[in-house]
Amino acid sequence: MSLDQFNPTEKKDTRSGFGDALHELGKEDDRVVGLCADLTGSLKMNAFANDFPDRFFQTGVAEANMMGMAAGMTIGNKIPFTGTFANFSTGRVYDQIRQSIAYSNKNVKICASHAGLTLGEDGATHQILEDVGLMRMLPNMTVINPCDYNQTFAATKAIKDFDGPVYLRFGRPKWPIFASKTEFEIGKAWKINDGSDVTIIATGHMVWYSILAAKELEASGISVDLINIHTIKPIDEEAILNSVSKTGCLVTAEEHNRFGGLGEIVAQVCATNHPVPQEFVAVNDQFGESGKPEDLLKKYGLDVEDIVRASKKVTNRKLS
Amino acid sequence: MAEINQLKSVASQVRRDILRMVHSFSSGHPGGSLGCTDYFVAMYQEILRYDSNNFTMDGKGEDLFFLSNGHISPVWYSTLARSGFFEVSELSTFRAIDSRLQGHPTTAEGLPGVRMASGSLGQGLSVAIGAALAKKLNGDDKLVFSLHGDGELQEGQIWEAAISGAHLKVDNLISAIDYNNRQIDGDVSDVMSLGDLRAKWEAFGWMVLKMDGNNMDEVVSVLRTAIDNTGAGKPIMIIMKTEMGQGVDFMMGTHKWHGVAPNDEQLAQALGQLEETIGDY
Repeated sequence: MSLDQFNPTEKKDTRSGFGDALHELGKEDDRVVGLCADLTGSLKMNAFANDFPDRFFQTGVAEANMMGMAAGMTIGNKIPFTGTFANFSTGRVYDQIRQSIAYSNKNVKICASHAGLTLGEDGATHQILEDVGLMRMLPNMTVINPCDYNQTFAATKAIKDFDGPVYLRFGRPKWPIFASKTEFEIGKAWKINDGSDVTIIATGHMVWYSILAAKELEASGISVDLINIHTIKPIDEEAILNSVSKTGCLVTAEEHNRFGGLGEIVAQVCATNHPVPQEFVAVNDQFGESGKPEDLLKKYGLDVEDIVRASKKVTNRKLS
Repeated sequence: MAEINQLKSVASQVRRDILRMVHSFSSGHPGGSLGCTDYFVAMYQEILRYDSNNFTMDGKGEDLFFLSNGHISPVWYSTLARSGFFEVSELSTFRAIDSRLQGHPTTAEGLPGVRMASGSLGQGLSVAIGAALAKKLNGDDKLVFSLHGDGELQEGQIWEAAISGAHLKVDNLISAIDYNNRQIDGDVSDVMSLGDLRAKWEAFGWMVLKMDGNNMDEVVSVLRTAIDNTGAGKPIMIIMKTEMGQGVDFMMGTHKWHGVAPNDEQLAQALGQLEETIGDY
């Protein structure tokens, strides 16, 4: 494996990966139903809605009701995919998900777009940075945050055949495409690059930035073991521990509050099994604001250079 | 009618079960349970079509029931046991550790008859609508029923569901409101009044029926009327007037017994007012 192979020329939004896969699932399995709370275009659910009108339920701006309806539909052996923004898929409906979906262990796929800062100009009311934490705290809930169009496509296909509640988190902006569209296993990390000096573990949009950071680090003589964790729960402990036992230090990168996200869960895995110095590239307990996605990532400490800096820092911590 | 007398006889036993269940661990909600006993007995012994020996989660080809106000679990558990879903002896485990009879109903313990956790209020109508829509998609002509508290109608999600039930023409759903005008902090009309409930539900596009929930003849006949009116393009809401604590004189006319268990002396006094008809568990 080499980082040189990652030179993507095409960009697509991860939400289109969801929409395209859902459309295919509609053709493949008539148990699949779609529900959407007045964001059909934003969630890229139009194709599914047009081709399977009997299995598409427009719920209006009523997310709590949508979650309950989805839970009820599973009783008739349907596989409901709910679609709305990440904020309205989690925080707004936490108790509905907790009781009617997670505790009741219903086979609902909660599909959440526009997660994180990269939602951009709509600002902090819509840029949820707490959703991974909220969802991973729920027993029975599987949490997946794919990194590009292809991986979102593959993840959407995979969760259809997985029995149990799933939170699938993706985003708004067009983003480079570099992952596999076919190879995807829930709970199994993707090893992007083998290295020996520092481990970088990234999820979602930050995987691309981590590849760019890894290229820069390798050019300066720091060998990077780069891992994409798409399934945040259950997390691939083996992949993490194999890596940190080799490198002895770790950086996590995520488009989420540093509290409750990937960084914390990786830290728990390491602290329990193989403690190593860790740096967290994440939002520092703040709300976001309006702006262009790239500018926001830069302002809130999620730029490529932030990953490079954190990697150098943690490598020095290991040595000292 | 002999049939009605039979139902009344079962109801008396269920009321005894409720009181003994909440007494045994000094915990639970007797008031609403006693008020809804006639509805539950009519539903499970006369109205619903199901196979209690072979409970399946999907309930294909069967009527489904959802309890949204999960705190009245004692009346549901007793009725399920008295209808053959599990042994009546299990009622003695209500609210004990390792029991399938949790304080509020859950699917997590695998209790036959329960298809959805409830307790946090306002969620059951959405669930019932989803289950009813799935029945339609599956070509299953059986019906979905749900029960809700009147205080529960203060939850916003109920009205989200009310809008969608009419818009989506969920006409295989028969819901009911336990309208006892009592909630934890007092009378519903004082805590947060509901206004003209019939007008509200009709304005939301539902067919509305009313019944005296403590008159067994009327409960059975209105539920049958409701069934006759399914398939007509509208979901159905039954406003069911009940008396919290029905059957036990000192538990009636007050909200005090919403979530309070009787002590030994109160239990004896209450049981003295209810005939043991089938046999205590």
